[in-house]
Amino acid sequence: MSEKTPMLSVQDLCKYFHLGRHLELKAVDHVSFDIFQGETVGLVGESGCGKTTTGRAIVKLHEPTSGKILYRGSDIFKQNKAERLEYCGNVQMIFQNPYASLNSRMTVSEIVGEGMKIHGQYSKKQQEDRVLELLQKVGLGRDHMSRFAHEFSGGQRQRIGIARALSVNPEFIVCDEPVSALDVSIQAQVINMLKKLQEELGLTYLFIAHDLSVVRYISDRVIVMYLGGIVEEAPADELYRNPQHPYTKVLLSAIPIADPDKIRSKERIAIKGEIPSPINLGDGCRFADRCPYALERCKSETPQMKELAAGHRAACHLL
Amino acid sequence: MSEREKILEIRNLVFSFRTYGGVVHAVRDVSFDVRRGEILGIVGESGCGKSVTAQCILRLNPEPPGFFENGEILYGGSDILKMKKKELRNIRTREIGFVFQDPMTSLNPTMRIGDQIEEVFLSRTDISKKEVKERALGIMRLVGISDVERRYKQYPHELSGGMKQRIMIAIALVSEPSVIICDEPTTSLDVTIEAQILDLLMDLRERLGTSVIMITHDLGVIAKMCDRVIVMYGGKIVETGDVREIFYETKHPYTMGLMKSIARLDMDKNDVLTPIEGTPPDLFSPPRGCPFAARCDEAMEVCHRYMPGETVLSSGHMTRCWLMHEYARYNSADKGADPISALNGGGGR
Repeated sequence: MSEKTPMLSVQDLCKYFHLGRHLELKAVDHVSFDIFQGETVGLVGESGCGKTTTGRAIVKLHEPTSGKILYRGSDIFKQNKAERLEYCGNVQMIFQNPYASLNSRMTVSEIVGEGMKIHGQYSKKQQEDRVLELLQKVGLGRDHMSRFAHEFSGGQRQRIGIARALSVNPEFIVCDEPVSALDVSIQAQVINMLKKLQEELGLTYLFIAHDLSVVRYISDRVIVMYLGGIVEEAPADELYRNPQHPYTKVLLSAIPIADPDKIRSKERIAIKGEIPSPINLGDGCRFADRCPYALERCKSETPQMKELAAGHRAACHLL
Repeated sequence: MSEREKILEIRNLVFSFRTYGGVVHAVRDVSFDVRRGEILGIVGESGCGKSVTAQCILRLNPEPPGFFENGEILYGGSDILKMKKKELRNIRTREIGFVFQDPMTSLNPTMRIGDQIEEVFLSRTDISKKEVKERALGIMRLVGISDVERRYKQYPHELSGGMKQRIMIAIALVSEPSVIICDEPTTSLDVTIEAQILDLLMDLRERLGTSVIMITHDLGVIAKMCDRVIVMYGGKIVETGDVREIFYETKHPYTMGLMKSIARLDMDKNDVLTPIEGTPPDLFSPPRGCPFAARCDEAMEVCHRYMPGETVLSSGHMTRCWLMHEYARYNSADKGADPISALNGGGGR
C-alpha cells in the first residue's frame, strides 16, 4: 500500500485559534498523515484532541493556520471556483449530531437533493429518482421523502445524513463520530451500513471517533491524537495488539470490555489528572504531565515521530 | 447474594406521563430490590424507562405531567410514594443520593462548589457550621479532588467535566446516604476519566458500604463494576440476574442481541456485528404482547398477543420470555431445532 500515491495527504497541518490577548489555542499542531484509496482510517482521541478540527479542515470548513492538504496531489486551499466545486463533489462529510445537522425546515428529499441541485448533474425527474434510490440504499423509502427531519429517530436521521453525503457521488467521506449519538443497537446498524456502502461504492473513509472498539471494527489503520498532535499511527490490528505510546496503552486499558471475567482480571494502567488545557501549551511532550513513565527529558523536549515498524509510527522519547 | 438485607424494594411500579400526544407509558410494572452494599446495574437503550424508574425512587419526575398509576417503593419499610413533603426531603437529603448524567448542566453556575456541597445541611440544626465545612472538605478529598481549600471557593465553570462529576458524587455522598443512584454518570466523560470515576465509585462502595444503583447503556460499565444487573426494554424488565448469569448464561433474546451488536475491543477483525433490526416500541401505545416481539428473530405468535410472565431460572436469575416458559419445550440451549422437531424426537439429546 505504501508504494501508491496517497489519495489525501495532510502535511504539517496547524490550526490555531486566537482567543484574544496572548491566548492561543493550538487545536491541531503539526499533524501529518496520508490516506490511500479504498481504506478506512480511524482517527481517535479524547475530547479536545483536535480530531474533529482535522476532519473539518479536510472538508474545508476550517482554513488552516499553516500546512497543506493535498488531494490527489493538488493543494485544496489553492483551488479556483470550478476546482472547489469538483472537490466538494468528491469529498463529503457525515456529521456527529444528527439532530443538529439536518435543516428542520426542509423535507428529506430537499435535504438529500440540495447537493445535486448545486452540482447540476440531474434534471428534476432524474433528481427525484436518484433521491429515492439513495434513500433506499440507506434503508428508507418513498414515504419518507416528503417528511421533515423532526419526524425521524436518531438512527434514521443519521441515515438521511449519509444519503445526503452520498448524493454527489463522493469517493472520500469524512465521518465525524457518526454513531456516537446513537443507541448501541442502532450503532451496529449504521456501522454495518457504512461498511456495506464502502464495498459497493468503493468509498474511502476517514472515521473520527472516541470509541476505540468501534474504530477497531471498521478501520484498516488507526491514528491516535492527543492534545492537537498525533501520538501513534499503526495498522488497526497492530495498534490494538502491540500499542507503543504510553497514551495509547492508557487509552486501551481504560476501555471497559463487556465481559465481566476479562475486565475484572485486566490490569489497568492508572493515570492521574485530566487533559490539560490546550491554551498556550509549552514545550515538551504533551502527555508528559500524566504519563506514568515520564522522564525529565519529556518535559522539555518535544518528541518526534519515529518509524517503529512498517506503517507503525509513534512520538515518544522512550521508544 | 440473597442473604444480604434488602434496603430498597420497588413493587409493581407503573409510571406514565400525560402529554398532548397522549399518555406515555414509560415504566410498566417494574419490581426489583436493592440490597445493602451491592452495585446494581440497570441497562437499556434510551427510552426503555431506566432513568424514569430511577427518578421515581426519589420522585424527581415532574408530577404532572408524570403520575404514578400503581406500585410502591419501600425504603426501610415505609412507602416513598405515600410520604409527606418533609419526609421526602429527609430521604432526598440523608438517605438516598443522586448523581445526574450531565455534570455540565446539573450544577448551579452561580453558587460556589462548597456551598453546593453544603446545601443538604441547610435545614439541619444538629450540626455546626464548622463541622459542615469539615465534612464538605473531607468528602471532596474522598472523591479525589486535590487542593480542596481552593476548589471549595470556586465556581463550576472553573472545573473540568471530570472534576464536576466528582463534585456531583461528593454532593450525593456528603450526608452519608445508604444508597446512591447514578444516572449515566460517565456518559459525557472521556474514557480515561470514566475509568477514574468508576474506580472511585467501586472504592467508595468498599469503604462506606453504600449501595449503588448504576444506570447505563454501556455493557462494558456493567461488566466492570456491577454485582447484579437488570435489563430493561420498552418500560419492562426483560431479564435480571447476577452479572455472570447475564453475560454468560444470557437467556432473553434482547440481552443476547445487545451483546452481539456492540463492537468490543477484544473482537476479531472478522467478527461481524449483528444489529438488532427495527426500532424500540412506541410507548404511547405499547404492544399488547412482549415489547421486543417486533424486533425479535425468534418471535412466535404468542409473543405478539400475550405478555410473557416471569420465568425464574435460579435464585437470582429471572427472564420474561415465552421461549423460557415451562410450556416451551424449545429454548435457546438447542437453537436451530424448531419446537416441532424437538417434540418429535429431539428429546434424546
